[in-house]
Order: sequence, then structure tokens, then C-alpha cells
Amino acid sequence: MKHPWRTAAFALGAAGLAGLYLAACAGIPTANERPSRYGQLVNRLALAQRHVTDVVTAVNFDFRGFDTIGEEYILFVSVMGALVLLREAYQKTERDDEEDARTPRREAGPSEAVQLWTLSMTGPTIIFGLYVVGHGQLSPGGGFQGGVILATAPLLIYLADEFKTFKRVISYRLVEVAEAVGAGGYVLIGFLSWFDGEPFLTNLFPLGQTGTMTSGGMLALINLAVGLEVAAGFIVLLHAFMQSSLHDPKSKEKS
Amino acid sequence: MIVLQICVLLLVGATGSAVVLVRVPSRQLIVMSLFGLMLAIMFAVFQAPDVALSQLAIGSVALPLMTLLALVELGKKKKK
Repeated sequence: MKHPWRTAAFALGAAGLAGLYLAACAGIPTANERPSRYGQLVNRLALAQRHVTDVVTAVNFDFRGFDTIGEEYILFVSVMGALVLLREAYQKTERDDEEDARTPRREAGPSEAVQLWTLSMTGPTIIFGLYVVGHGQLSPGGGFQGGVILATAPLLIYLADEFKTFKRVISYRLVEVAEAVGAGGYVLIGFLSWFDGEPFLTNLFPLGQTGTMTSGGMLALINLAVGLEVAAGFIVLLHAFMQSSLHDPKSKEKS
Repeated sequence: MIVLQICVLLLVGATGSAVVLVRVPSRQLIVMSLFGLMLAIMFAVFQAPDVALSQLAIGSVALPLMTLLALVELGKKKKK
């Protein structure tokens, strides 16, 4: 199957890539340098104009807040895509929920050590997730990062027990609604500005005192909406995957 | 600081190569999550804590998990 021209074509492409890559690397600013002009500007403006100490959050949710809507909907659409792909298996398994309940996930459950560790970590994980979401405008973190941390809490419960318990803990309906509210909330908050005759996503709320959880005005609210959508989106995704992956096909054949 | 940065960069290079060199997908995942962890440490060392947190959550937890579940799904289809 090996053609000599194939190697030649690869060599040509690789040489081109190497050349362009090296040329691109030559323009990279060296590490540990002073921040760029944009960095210096944003460092000054974030505190003065937005009362926010985490500049990255200020850029993400305010200075380029419109772009972040796109980013949020990338996640939203990927979750939808995964759900559509898994739909067939998903519908099948939903009907034999009762049967699913009768067949345990595995013969022997997780060890007591695993149960103790995961269950004792669940509470701290939720608190830490909420902390990271809530302090997005003060310290590194925010809706995206905290949302993923929050989504791992039900996963820990699943590790300690079985899928049935995971389902009982999350309340799927509520998670679906939470995802929709989080995704739609961002855009709706943006529309609020129009009522005041301002451009989309212009801050209307009081900026608050720097260093408190309520500082940043609309930015803080958007941060919470993103946290909700990311946490719920990941749980919906996990639920769909587990629903279709962990259902034992053998048990269906028997019945 | 420079020594630390060089060490982290070498670790990222080593674990990144390891991901490619491991040929069994299920094992590759474990190495990949280790690679994700190294990347997170690298971002933290290079003073990008926000990116480090995202990388920690996505690269070392969410991505390997999703890939693992996708592999289980594929394995099930093959059996049929």
C-alpha cells in the first residue's frame, strides 16, 4: 500500500509546516516579560471601571462578554450533539428503568475505603465549586471552572454507589431546566441593557465595593449564569453517557 | 523560577510524548489525564492561574472521563 509519492507528499507538507511553525515561534514574546500593552491597559481598567480584581474574569465576562456567549454556546451545542447521538440507546434504556434497578451495576460494590473517601469529599467539593463560582471576579476561577467542579460532586456519589443513586441525587428534570436557565440567562442579562437604551451587555447594575462577592455589577450575575449552565451541562452529558454505557445489554437478552 | 519552568516544560514534553507512545486507548486515557495535570501545573508556574484551573477541570477530569465513556459505548457496539 505504500507509494513513494506518499512519503514525498508528507515530506513536503512536513517541511512547510516546520518552516511556518518556526517562523511563528520567532514572533512569540519571551516568558516572564512585562505584560503586553493590552495587558497593562486591562490591568488598570478592570479595577477602576469594573471594581474587579480578577482581570481574566473581567475580560471574559465584560470587556469581551459577547465572545463568551459564543464560548458558552459551544458547550451547550456539544451537549446537545452528544444527546442526539446517544438518543437511540437512551430511549431504549429509559423504558426498562425498573429492570435496571433490579440489576446491580457490578457484582461487588465499591470498597468501604472508596465509599468513605468519595462520600466525605462530596460536601467539600460542592462548597469548593460554589466558592470558585462565587469568587470569579475576585480570584482565579469563575463560572466555567467552578461549574465543572460542581458537576463532579454527583460523580463522586456515583463512585461510592451505583447509577441509580446518581440519578436519584441529581433530579434530571431540574438539571435540564438549570442548563436552559443558565444558557438563556446570559443572553437575557445582555438584553436588559436595551431597556435602558444602551448597547447589548452594557453594565446597568451598581458596581459594588471592590473585593466583595457582589462587586462587578452585571458581570457577577453573568458569572453565576455560566456556572449554572456549565455544571448542569456536564451533568446532563454524564447522565446521557452513563445511561447508555452502563446499561448491561446482557440483562435485556435474558428477559 | 526559571529552573522550575524548564522542569515543568520537560515534564509536559515527556508526558505528551507518552500519550502518543501508549497505543492502547484505555491506558492512553490515564496517561492523558496525567498529561492534563502537567499542563495545569505548567500554566500555574507560568502565572496563568485561571487557565490552570480550567485545564485542571477539563484536561485531567472531564476529557478523560468523556473519552472513557465514549470508549465503553464503542466497545458495546462492537460486541453486537
